[in-house]
Parts: sequence; C-alpha cells; structure tokens
Amino acid sequence: MNVQAWTYLIVTATFALYIGIAWWSRVRTTSGFYVAGRGVPAVANGMATGADWMSAASFISMAGLISFMGYTGTIYLMGWTGGYVLLALLLAPYLRKYGKFTTSEFVGDRYYSDAARLVAAGCTIFVSFTYIAGQMRGVGVVFSRFLEVEVHWGVIIGVVIVFFYAVLGGMRGITYTQVAQYCVLIVAFLIPAAAISWKITGNPIPQFGFGGTVQEGQQAGVFLLEALDALHRELRLPEYTAAFVPGKKSMIDVTAIALALMVGTAGLPHVLVRFYTVRSARAARWSALWALVFIGLLYTTAPAVAAFARVNLISTLHNTSYSEVPEWFRSWETTGLISFDDQDGDGVIDMSDGANELTVDQDIMVLANPEIAELPAWVVALVAAGGLAAALSTAAGLLLVIASAISHDIGKSILWKDMSSRRELLLARVTASVAVVVAAYFGISPPGFVAQVVAFAFGLAASSFFPVLVLGIFTRSTTKEGAIAGMSSGILFTGAYIVYFRLIRPEATAEDWLFGISPEGIGAVGMLINFSLALIVSRFTKPPPAEVQQLVSEIRLPRERAADS
Amino acid sequence: MAILLAVWFVCSYVLGIFLVEPLNGTRIGGFPLGFWFAHQGSIYVFIVLILVYAAMMDRLDRRYGVD
Repeated sequence: MNVQAWTYLIVTATFALYIGIAWWSRVRTTSGFYVAGRGVPAVANGMATGADWMSAASFISMAGLISFMGYTGTIYLMGWTGGYVLLALLLAPYLRKYGKFTTSEFVGDRYYSDAARLVAAGCTIFVSFTYIAGQMRGVGVVFSRFLEVEVHWGVIIGVVIVFFYAVLGGMRGITYTQVAQYCVLIVAFLIPAAAISWKITGNPIPQFGFGGTVQEGQQAGVFLLEALDALHRELRLPEYTAAFVPGKKSMIDVTAIALALMVGTAGLPHVLVRFYTVRSARAARWSALWALVFIGLLYTTAPAVAAFARVNLISTLHNTSYSEVPEWFRSWETTGLISFDDQDGDGVIDMSDGANELTVDQDIMVLANPEIAELPAWVVALVAAGGLAAALSTAAGLLLVIASAISHDIGKSILWKDMSSRRELLLARVTASVAVVVAAYFGISPPGFVAQVVAFAFGLAASSFFPVLVLGIFTRSTTKEGAIAGMSSGILFTGAYIVYFRLIRPEATAEDWLFGISPEGIGAVGMLINFSLALIVSRFTKPPPAEVQQLVSEIRLPRERAADS
Repeated sequence: MAILLAVWFVCSYVLGIFLVEPLNGTRIGGFPLGFWFAHQGSIYVFIVLILVYAAMMDRLDRRYGVD
C-alpha cells in the first residue's frame, strides 16, 4: 500500500474511534457537559490535559522551530512546561476545591461582581477564539498535505468530527476522546523520533541519542551537538548551542517570553477547566503531575528531534548538487515547504549565511522526518493522524470553554438567573454549535491578523487571568475594583503592544521595543502591571465583604492548618 | 512551597537562562551543561517538583484527616 492509502486507512480508523467514544460517553446533565460529572480519574485527566494542551503547533511546528533557533528554542520548551508547576502549586487544587463549573465563575464569586465575571468571560472567549482558529487551520493543512484535499474541505471534515463529539458528548466526550488522541499523537511522535535517533546515533532513545555520538560519515565518533556546532560554524551561522549571540534573542527577551508562556499556560481557561473534572483537590494535584509527565514525554523528545533533523538537513543538502538531492526533497518541493533558488547558478545548494539559496519551512522537520529516516509508509500516515489528533483535541477543549463561558457565565449567571438546567444544557449545545461554525470560518479564511495573534494568546492569558486568580486565592484583601482594573489594564496593555508592533509597525527592531522585550514576551510585563494595579487599587477601595474573606480562608484550609502546626 | 518555587526559578531561569554561558563551558557527556538545562533538565526538574508537592500535600491531608 502507498502512503496515501495508509493515511486514509489510519485517519479513518482514528476518526471512527473518536466518534465511537463520543457516542459511548454522551451526556444528559449540565454537570456532565461542563465538567464530565467530576468523575475523571487523575491519570486519564492527565492524558486528556496533555492532548488538550498540545496543539497542532506543539506537534507539527515546535521541533522545526527549535531546529532553526537552537538554544533559543528553550523559550518554548521551558515556557510551555514550567507553567504546570505554577498550575499545580498555586491554582489547580484551590480552584478544584472551590468547585463550580468555570474559572470566570470563581472570578465572579470571589470578586462579588458580575462585572468581574463578565470581564473574565470576555477574556476567555477572546483568548479561546484566537487560539482555535489556528487549530482549525492546522487540521485543514494536514488534510491538504497528506490527503490532497482542498484546505477548506479539510476544515469542514474536522469541524464535523469536533461538532459531533463536543456537542453530543460535552466535557465527558471530549475527555475520553482526548485520552485516545493523546495515545495516537504520542505514538506518532515517538516512533519516527526513535528511528531517526537510532539511525544517527545508534541509540533508539532520543533523549540519550541527543547527547550521543554520530555513527557515520565524516563526523563519526564526534558528539552530536559538537558536530552540529561545527556544521553551523562552517555555514558561518551562530553555533547551535550558543545563547544570546548576535542573531539570537537577548537574555531579557528570552526571560520575558519564557515567563509570559509559563504564566500564560497557567492562565489558559481550557487548561484550567480540565482540573474541574476530577474528584478532589488531591486528584487535581496528581493529575497536574500526570499531565506534565505526558507532556514532558513529547517535550523532551522534540529538542532531540530538532537537533537530528538539523544535522540531517545540513549534511544531506549543503554542497549537494541539485540534480542529486534525495527523493524526499522532490516530494516536499511540490508542497512548497522546501525550495531551492540557485543564486550563483552553479547548480549546488549553498546553505551558508547570506547565500539565500534554500528556503525551508519549519513544519517540514516533523512532517518529512519519517521519509528522511526512510521509514515505512504507515509511519508517515501515523504522523498525519497524530497531527490531526493534536489539532482536534485542542480545538474541542477550546470550544467547550467558549460554550460554557457564554451559556453558563453570561447566560445562566448574569442574564437569565432562573434558567432551568435542561434549557441551560440546550443553550450550551447551541452556543457550541455556533462557535464551531465561527471557528470553521476563521480556519478557512483566516483574517490576516488571526495567524499573527494566535501565538500571543498566551500573553493575553498571562496578563489577564493569572494575577487575579493568584490574588483571589492567596489574599483576602483584593477588591473587585482592584481585580477589574488589573484584568482590563493587563489585557489592554498587552493587546495594544502586540497590535502596535505586529500590525502598525512590524518593521520595528529590538531597539524600539520596551526594554528590548518583543511582543511575544510582553505578556510578562502586562502581568506585572495587572498585579501592581490590582494591589494598589485594592488599598484604596472598600474591603471585600466578610463572607468573601471567609471563602478565601476556606479555600486554603488544609494549608492554613499546616501553618498553625 | 516557597522552597519548591525557588527551585523552579533557579532551575529554569538561573541555570537555563542567566548562567547559560558560563555553564556551557562544562560538558556532561555530549551536552554543554547550560544548554542541557534549557532543553532537557528544566523539564525533568518541573516534573519532580510537582511530584514532591503532591506527595507532601498528601501527607498533610492525611495528618489532618482531610480527604
């Protein structure tokens, strides 16, 4: 069987599996729809969080990005994992202990104000929509590359699948399909990684092969990373493992971006809501651990894949005559992901700095890996299914968060307080359906700014949610005025900075940036503004009512007792 | 918990970012040390931190009879 037949087979099989699970776990109650009836075991929730969290970007693009960035790629590796420490220590157990259905609900109750609830729900919807458009796009792209269908048909097929299990199965359906999707995506990521590690270093475990020695060719016996640094010197590029050298990001920028991504992770509504689905605060802590273990499996493999792919790319293509390029080069050339422009007309590929002869899209590093490593066709097909699993699982999680923000936080809690739960469930399903259609529209014809803004959803989450949640749990004195001022100023500052430097003055350089922090990292500053404003405003406004202060003490009860002992 | 957050900060920011250049002078196996912290070590440390925290809180819960 050829690659395309295998891809159809595996993709259809996985889709059938997801739909089967959705049917089996369909729900009839609001609690089942929003939080899966709070009966999800910690390990399953960890897996579901992993799939929920790892998007098309993690699966398809991240290893490639790191491959081109070298050391600086750590902003994604640390930034997208370190947040779980904050989540497990500062947020998840307490939010779970408080209960209820959504994060905005906690904000609304803790800050005794529907205005705060509304601002929180608004931030949730905004952050989730920017994020979901990218996922839908990812689904369409995988379809078009592997199955040769038009991008918009790819998006429509993806939407129908997500519609089916998110609208029918609610959080319960999403949770168990995400468990299946995690398994698909991790297998699809690890098999090619192990094979390529074995081929280059003779060690099938990528994390070890990463620090191992090269097996064949001129560089045999040299440590992989030293070989890679040497190749980079040969091309007059900064060394792969070097940090903060010219041509790479500065220390303050790396710090700010890593911080914004970490805090953003801890503040993303679709990640937070996953911790509402487990039985207890204790289960929330353990499932945060499982989540990071499952995520770490991919995140420690990705930098190894990045280095292998980089070595492979340079050693097979640099100084190679165009007529002798390997087979995979030709097949990916047709997709436009890799292209050769013979500037000096000698027919030989020159990859050194300034030659500009080879253009490589970062996505190719993962997508073409199985072919570069000469793996069988079914592995290539598995990678396609893995990319789809990663994109669909994240999209479904986001959809549910949007639906609950509209039907529960705005509908039930503000507009129609006496709505019956049957009607609320219906409303939730209707809003989820509408959101699916809007997401599909953005996926098919992304407005220019969406693609730009997706990467910044983290900055927006970091600057809006994280501070008010932490203050809400750990201080009794933060007032509603403080919280509203903090949230809105944080998200406005961050949003404005991003819009200014991405849309109005995209040509600006590091010298124009505030403290040399790029728009990607500005969420860290937005977060500080949010924290300080919330604290300052709280000092000058009427303290929260006694029952709210009581509530804050109760959330932290086991800790309080520990402090007394 | 403050100690765990301090370890979180030290392993990611101090070792992985601020001190990466001096640490890269040291090699362990095939890895420059600072680079290893940035690309691998920090993630392992994060996992251990949550493990320690979850286990500590379990012990506290048991001591005070909270489930």
